Amino acid sequence: MVHAPVLDVKNLKTSFITKDGEIPAVDDVSFSVNKGEILGIVGESGSGKSVTSLSIMKLIPQPPGKIAGGEILLNGEDLVHASERRMREIRGNEVAMIFQEPMTSLNPLFTIGEQLVEALKIHKKLGKKAAYQQAVEMLKLVGLPRAEQIIREYPHQLSGGMRQRVMIAMALSCHPRVLIADEPTTALDVTIQAQILALMKDLNEKLDTAIIMITHDLGVVAEVCQRVVVMYAGKIVEEGLVQDIFKNPKHPYTLGLLKSIPDIRDKQERLYSIPGNVPKPGSIKVGCRFAARCEFVMDRCLSEDPELYETGRPGHTVRCLLHEKEGAADDRSTVKS
Amino acid sequence: MTEVLLKVDGLKKYFPITGGILGKQTGSVKAVDDISFWVNKGETLGLVGESGCGKSTTGRMLMRLIDPTEGQVVFEGKDLVTLSDNEMRKARKDMQMVFQDPFASLNPRHTVEKILEEPLIVHGIGTKKERKQMVKEMLEVVGLSSYHAKRYPHQFSGGQRQRIGIARALMTRPKLIIADEPVSALDVSIQSQVLNLLEDLQKEFQLTYIFIAHDLGVVRHISDRVGVMYLGRLVEITEADKLYEKPLHPYTRALLSAVPIPDPDLKRDQELLTGDIPSPANPPQGCAFHTRCKECMEICKTDRPVLKEIEPGHFAACHLYS
Repeated sequence: MVHAPVLDVKNLKTSFITKDGEIPAVDDVSFSVNKGEILGIVGESGSGKSVTSLSIMKLIPQPPGKIAGGEILLNGEDLVHASERRMREIRGNEVAMIFQEPMTSLNPLFTIGEQLVEALKIHKKLGKKAAYQQAVEMLKLVGLPRAEQIIREYPHQLSGGMRQRVMIAMALSCHPRVLIADEPTTALDVTIQAQILALMKDLNEKLDTAIIMITHDLGVVAEVCQRVVVMYAGKIVEEGLVQDIFKNPKHPYTLGLLKSIPDIRDKQERLYSIPGNVPKPGSIKVGCRFAARCEFVMDRCLSEDPELYETGRPGHTVRCLLHEKEGAADDRSTVKS
Repeated sequence: MTEVLLKVDGLKKYFPITGGILGKQTGSVKAVDDISFWVNKGETLGLVGESGCGKSTTGRMLMRLIDPTEGQVVFEGKDLVTLSDNEMRKARKDMQMVFQDPFASLNPRHTVEKILEEPLIVHGIGTKKERKQMVKEMLEVVGLSSYHAKRYPHQFSGGQRQRIGIARALMTRPKLIIADEPVSALDVSIQSQVLNLLEDLQKEFQLTYIFIAHDLGVVRHISDRVGVMYLGRLVEITEADKLYEKPLHPYTRALLSAVPIPDPDLKRDQELLTGDIPSPANPPQGCAFHTRCKECMEICKTDRPVLKEIEPGHFAACHLYS
């Protein structure tokens, strides 16, 4: 497998100006997505996963938000300093996004066809007829029956699952290099979710589009992703291959999160739970942000900012002082992906 | 030892669809269509299903927050459906509800103390001083502190608000708690805290739960028995372990196999259901599931299957077993 990153996020910092000062919602986040890969970003509310994705699209409202530092490289081109005009060419064409609420992301006043064709006309400079033809093709590709009719219908005439398929068709219509999916199945029922996930996996293979799957559901990550980034309070706390993260999690937060999920296959006597609450963004200035809830907390955790340490497994890094020496002590050569 | 606390018989709720300038009834949405089940004292009955299956409507009908179209709800030998509004209000002392959205179900203008005291005032329990003391005690019971009493809902996180919602339900010392998606608005790490709290409270106060949720993992964890609903009908009901290990109804099987499991090594053949849930305003003839069922037979298209005891304690509504 060739590891050519299509999207390379380096030291991204996005903050919001509030009355309490500048609050970093995303703090020094770096990750890359390779061609044709599905990368998961997991985290709970307030972890900064959605702000990360909106930063990549440069859709953070400014003010109050701003990208305070870092680089977002799309095939080597830095998006942080790209003009709004250039961003408009990129959005939808090279990086596309689908959102959680298929009900609110479609315009109720326009037919499915009108909304699908718009992107094709602007980005691909297609004529009306060719664009409609392409739109019908896309609807068929995402598995919608009677595509020729649906193209003339309005969003309210479709069910939630069908609307999400339309969103996917729209996002993929210009063959973007990267598709950002922000909680694409959270609003859907589980049987429909399974259909949409299968569709996304299938399209990822067929079209070779890289997908960033943003979700709070670790089950979804295990099902579709190859690599995963775990975020907590604006920082990446662990990153690695899905196998490593699920079978051998290193960060106490990842560990706690995995143990907190009630397993459908087996009944546990008592659920593990992480004590306390997710901290307010910006409330922890020094030390590990998870320290207050961590059962392995040491004195150092409260005063030192841990870095991302190598664990010895390829591409597996963890932001925890417990694992500071682990990668170095390990003889295996560490490969950075 | 098993004593039935609540028995539901032939419960139906048809919401009218009106149309035209005269507002004539042109049809009805069969939100809940003839369901029967019972709940034993001290157990947790889980109700699962996808959106529109009628699980929430069922929960609300048990509390008479929605009046049933037909059927009986017998709670401790009394049919709640026949009670007057006044009598029903009194009956609610013994049955309370916990709602999904901890942001919407607490009055933002009231302090926590006022929110928790209100059910006591409604049911005329205690003097003012006693009530304040009970509020403080209850806050400690649900894992908050007595000094939280003077605060407003917006000063709490989602998990804490859900604890307040639970405390409010417990104030009148009910026998039955109906929890409608109590953890689905919460993050995973907070969700497990609230589930553990619910289990602790059940032991402490000998509570009976009806736990309505769409998350099959959560339902398995908390329930003794589980009922599966589809399009307003109960399609299967049995002990939790039996349902998850040996599901009988094709819908239950498809539902279980659709759940993503946090284990990347797991290889399994998913039974992907095709199509969407049909509209409850126009449900399919015969078995409501026949349009999506892989094992559909001729009889399924015409005859509605009844819920039958297939194995001891294991009920399913499917023609495959007749």
